Amino acid sequence: MNMYKNTLIIIAIGISMAITSCNNGGSKKSNAGALSGNVAERVYVAPGEHDEYYGFISGGFSGQLAVHGLPSGRLFKVIPVFSVDAEKGYGFNEETKPMLETSFGSIPWDDSHHPDLSQTNGEIDGRWCFLNANNTPRIARISLSTFETEEIIEIPNSAGNHSSAFVTENTEYVVAGTRFAVPVPQRDMPIEEYKGNFKGAVSFIKIDQETGNMNLEFQVLMPGFNYDLGHPGRGNSHGWFFFTTYNTEEANTLLEVNASQNDKDFIAAINWKKALEYVEQGKFQEMKTKYAHNVYDESTHAASSEMIKTVKVLDPSQLPGLVYFLPTPKSPHGCDVDPTGEYIVGAGKLAAALTVHSFTKMLEAIDGQKFDGEAYGIPILKYEDVVAGVVQNPGLGPLHTEFDGRGNAYTTFFISSEVVKWKLGTWEVVDRKPTYYSVGHLMIPGGNSRKPWGKYLVAMNKITKDRYLPTGPEMCQSAQLYDISGEKMELLLDFPTIGEPHYAAGAAADVIAPKSKKFYKLEENKHPYATKSEKDAKVVRDGNTVHVYMTMIRSHFAPDNIEGIKMGDRVYFHVTNLEQDFDVPHGISMIGANTSELLIMPGQTETFAWEPKGEGVWPFYCTDFCSALHQEMQGYVRVSAKGSDVPLKWTLDGE
Amino acid sequence: MKSNKSTYLILISLLFIASCGSSTQEKDNTSKEPPKSMLKSEPATLEEAERDWKDNKGIGPVSGVELAAEIDQKMAEEGKAVYEAKCTACHKAEKQFIGPAPKGIMARRTPEWIMNMILNPEGMVAEDPIAKQLLIKFNGSPMANQNLTEQEARTVVEYFRTLN
Repeated sequence: MNMYKNTLIIIAIGISMAITSCNNGGSKKSNAGALSGNVAERVYVAPGEHDEYYGFISGGFSGQLAVHGLPSGRLFKVIPVFSVDAEKGYGFNEETKPMLETSFGSIPWDDSHHPDLSQTNGEIDGRWCFLNANNTPRIARISLSTFETEEIIEIPNSAGNHSSAFVTENTEYVVAGTRFAVPVPQRDMPIEEYKGNFKGAVSFIKIDQETGNMNLEFQVLMPGFNYDLGHPGRGNSHGWFFFTTYNTEEANTLLEVNASQNDKDFIAAINWKKALEYVEQGKFQEMKTKYAHNVYDESTHAASSEMIKTVKVLDPSQLPGLVYFLPTPKSPHGCDVDPTGEYIVGAGKLAAALTVHSFTKMLEAIDGQKFDGEAYGIPILKYEDVVAGVVQNPGLGPLHTEFDGRGNAYTTFFISSEVVKWKLGTWEVVDRKPTYYSVGHLMIPGGNSRKPWGKYLVAMNKITKDRYLPTGPEMCQSAQLYDISGEKMELLLDFPTIGEPHYAAGAAADVIAPKSKKFYKLEENKHPYATKSEKDAKVVRDGNTVHVYMTMIRSHFAPDNIEGIKMGDRVYFHVTNLEQDFDVPHGISMIGANTSELLIMPGQTETFAWEPKGEGVWPFYCTDFCSALHQEMQGYVRVSAKGSDVPLKWTLDGE
Repeated sequence: MKSNKSTYLILISLLFIASCGSSTQEKDNTSKEPPKSMLKSEPATLEEAERDWKDNKGIGPVSGVELAAEIDQKMAEEGKAVYEAKCTACHKAEKQFIGPAPKGIMARRTPEWIMNMILNPEGMVAEDPIAKQLLIKFNGSPMANQNLTEQEARTVVEYFRTLN
């Protein structure tokens, strides 16, 4: 029976391949299912060939950032950002521990939602990727040369750092809004006194164009709504930033019901160029606070953490022209700006229609002072004056919109599990395709820039269910790839992702791949414990602390025999990889070490600490298969009793 | 009976695939020609491979090196510094270590061969008869590519001229 079924399937595949493999150049069958097109060929990247696009997909509750190739969906690397990663030693080795420092102490985990790529003139430039930590508010900067986390800055006065991390069109700022309104500054007060007393901070982090270094320049202290998502203006609207809000009711309990009462909430339009003028005029308050700023130095291969004590805050109720509210139906979630910068799409997640505001009309309404009252001193514009159009009955539960650069917009619908394509300007729905299942964000490479690469769309789903072989109660999460080059969308591929694939950013491979670093140059290694030549390998005792200056190359350590270590010592292994070639990492670990391995790239130095638990002779070895003699890459440490007179001695091959 | 019919259908569908398969053959990049070294008779030992070392310039970017009669001491010093920084993890000047000692190498190898071994170790151990035998002699421990520039490799040759 089973065999018969299999045979039939093989026949079906065979015939369909036979039909489709001969129609190259023929017209596309728009509505055909996945099996009837040359779908496999269109996502197939032959062995040894490269993908056309990079996809940087956030790991959601894994706290990390996954690098995928598109259209294949292949996973290349998981970059540790906010969570420790024992595989790479991130958060375990002495060099990266400071990266996870916060004003709450060291935190081994977070929830990463929205990656965004740096831009120049509104186009993806391949320098950096920014990512938010939702739970303990932070923004990270990841180098697209090393694909490592280089910097993490904590965001004070914020809680649930959700409307983050989005870049302005020349990467002048990375912007971070707060989901939870909280007392600012934090204080002991009754929760039910939330209304009118809590605040929502929106932070502007200035980016140094040379180094990428982040500096929290100022915060706008907004009314106590929930700031859900945001995107920068571009083109004519460059200089403005738009945020969706919900819970304008300012409910503090059962938000499921109580934050869904108002017919409309707001999109907040913040004029950040105006904010800069106010900062320059000194119209800010210097507020006491505490937040960590952690920077990884590529030349020392080590991070340092600094605690900053003040932040500049602006009060929009006192600063005219800084913020306006655009009424937008029913708890808008996604806030997306089209490639021209004219249209601002607010996806009212409980609304039956999709609202699109016009930037031009907004400016006209502001010029005409046509306000419909105010909220906490912030002018409210009239809905009819700012709305450009409405997409009627597009689906259920609209969330997020991206653009293909050809005048089309694509919006995800969570409740009806679909992607809907519609036209900017005419607001007509052109196509809809199901997702499997419950789609959240979608991503078109460059889809939130002036120049999208409108070839593929990645839908990121919240629920997987039956899409893959079951793996017990917990399933992997899932993304889906659609071809959007034609009039109709075509589902090409399902691929599994790490954590929750919350949101993603993508770019053509040729913007990033040519600049990818191959290895670290030894002569540029400024790690204070680097050992750049085997003749400099040594062991140095300083009281109960011992520093081992060790090197590694295919396939031995120097030194590989160490004697004179004593019980009660804390031994730091500072290990330098002397290789100077692409893709020759080595690893090291010691029996009983209460930490992770080190995984050291060529030219890099990393450190782990070891406290021997017993007298004896204890081995260590290379953990990353490095050569035919990898299994020979090992060594011993002799541990003697406290107070023993075994002299400190280190050798390789008896020398 | 049923299975006979199925087999027949499979064969037909395979024929369809095969008749359109020309493009997949073009994409197949696994069918390279065998390396030239496999076509001629291989030296079986290092001694045999070394017999005509004076004619062996190795395989890589370097095809001609002029050595002046006098050693350029300044260049040799530069070469020594490069050698100590990038090579000593595996090579000791006067003693066999992970790899062979460079002492006396100018009487065993051409300068071009030495530079190509430094600059193109992967290609050399795959194709060059001497390098192939050395890889066997040194237990399969590969010569690491330390990404020296051609000029740096040239200075290392000048340093090797001082090791007699």
